[in-house]
Amino acid sequence: MQARDSTLHEILLPVRGTFIIFTFVLALLVNFLPWSGWWVFLKPDFVALVLLYWCIQQPRKVGFTSAWLLGLVMDVAEGSLFGQHALAYSVLAYAGIVLHRRVLMFTLRDQILHVVVLLLLNDLIVLGVRMFAGAAFPGWSYFAGSLVAAVMWPVLTYMFKLPQRPTPDPDRV
Amino acid sequence: MEHSPPPFFRRGPTPLVRLLLCSLMSVAFLISDARYGYLEGIRQAVSVVIYPLQRLAAAPRALLDTVGEFFVTQSALRTENARLSAQSLSEAAILRKYAALSAENAHLRELLGARQRFPESTIFAEVLYAGRDLFTRKIVVDKGQQHGVKPGQPVIDQIGVVGQVTRIYPWLSEVTLITDKDQAVPVQSLRNGLRAVLGGTGNDGQLELKFTPLNADFQNGDQLVTSGIDGVYPPGLPVAEVINVERNAAYLFARITCKPLAGVTSHSQVLVLTWENQLPERPAEETKAAPRAKKPRRGS
Repeated sequence: MQARDSTLHEILLPVRGTFIIFTFVLALLVNFLPWSGWWVFLKPDFVALVLLYWCIQQPRKVGFTSAWLLGLVMDVAEGSLFGQHALAYSVLAYAGIVLHRRVLMFTLRDQILHVVVLLLLNDLIVLGVRMFAGAAFPGWSYFAGSLVAAVMWPVLTYMFKLPQRPTPDPDRV
Repeated sequence: MEHSPPPFFRRGPTPLVRLLLCSLMSVAFLISDARYGYLEGIRQAVSVVIYPLQRLAAAPRALLDTVGEFFVTQSALRTENARLSAQSLSEAAILRKYAALSAENAHLRELLGARQRFPESTIFAEVLYAGRDLFTRKIVVDKGQQHGVKPGQPVIDQIGVVGQVTRIYPWLSEVTLITDKDQAVPVQSLRNGLRAVLGGTGNDGQLELKFTPLNADFQNGDQLVTSGIDGVYPPGLPVAEVINVERNAAYLFARITCKPLAGVTSHSQVLVLTWENQLPERPAEETKAAPRAKKPRRGS
């Protein structure tokens, strides 16, 4: 109960737009790293994770336009069919925006359960588009990345809220 | 906080409408890219914008390699040096013979009236990253349009064929490996000159000879080289080795599994062959005209 109250009723500074852009660029950069071997399967889609975070936390600042543009960028970077990530990220943004009030009601641990479903949905859309275009099923380990991403959700929430925390009052210890 | 009116006064379209709009646009992009390839311009533009990010992401590994090179011991360098000089000595003899042979070959071809094989030149390229997309087997190398790379050019390493350039960007290009599911290489067995089509399976380190009849004479250990009849790969490049032949009379074709010779997944440098295809024009009209001539006869 204590933990729930402290995360729910925290008074935070407004988030800065530059910080949102910075996190997106960072997520793209991490996605572009030369992952190889088993890391390819375990690697979460950081862009999807960060996008979902901002859609849930700041649905009025981050929405469909950012989701769609980020999807196009990912499509170009991966050399995949144009529009598959754009489609998946749009659906992800929709789910985040529609569910944002509900998700934020829960503790961080319970939020993971929401996030993992949404990220798996994102994977499913990409998989569906690829298999429709004639690709083979890459195996169940394809979904491992989203599970890893969902586990990272509390860490991400903590880190992304750091710049919004007011500096501690010197009068109170 | 900014002083914007409360959300229920101006909200624009509802999320569902926006989602439908975005999905429609995505699907339109998907179809026009998959079917017609209209969007290469947008792709090129976006690739230019994200190029610095991609180079930045590839930088840590390059830095790590440089640092690793710095800490090589002297004994390792000396053994490598000895090995390389021995190798170059043994190869010098072969090379001298090669020069004489290629001159002789050119002369003989001239005598026979055969077309000359054009000497191919190469572009050296470094692999930036590999295999991020789980559905395909592709690598991205650091040479592109600006360096003279063209789509369709074959890519090799020091042993044999690695793949083919399938898409170019201004400073990068994308190479589809021969292990990709949709990639095919026309090959020829070194032992008996039998021709076949070698296709990828989508698994690393596994290739398959497609549509070979059950009685085709392939054995374990057969070396397969490019046949050159497609006009994409120059003839005679090593590609793969047969590792398993399975003949089951219940199926129409033999299942022949092969192993790529080149380090398809493990290289960091590759060569792009700028090979000009000089095949004569194909007689396309005759094959088209033949069935048309037959049709009225069937109708009457």
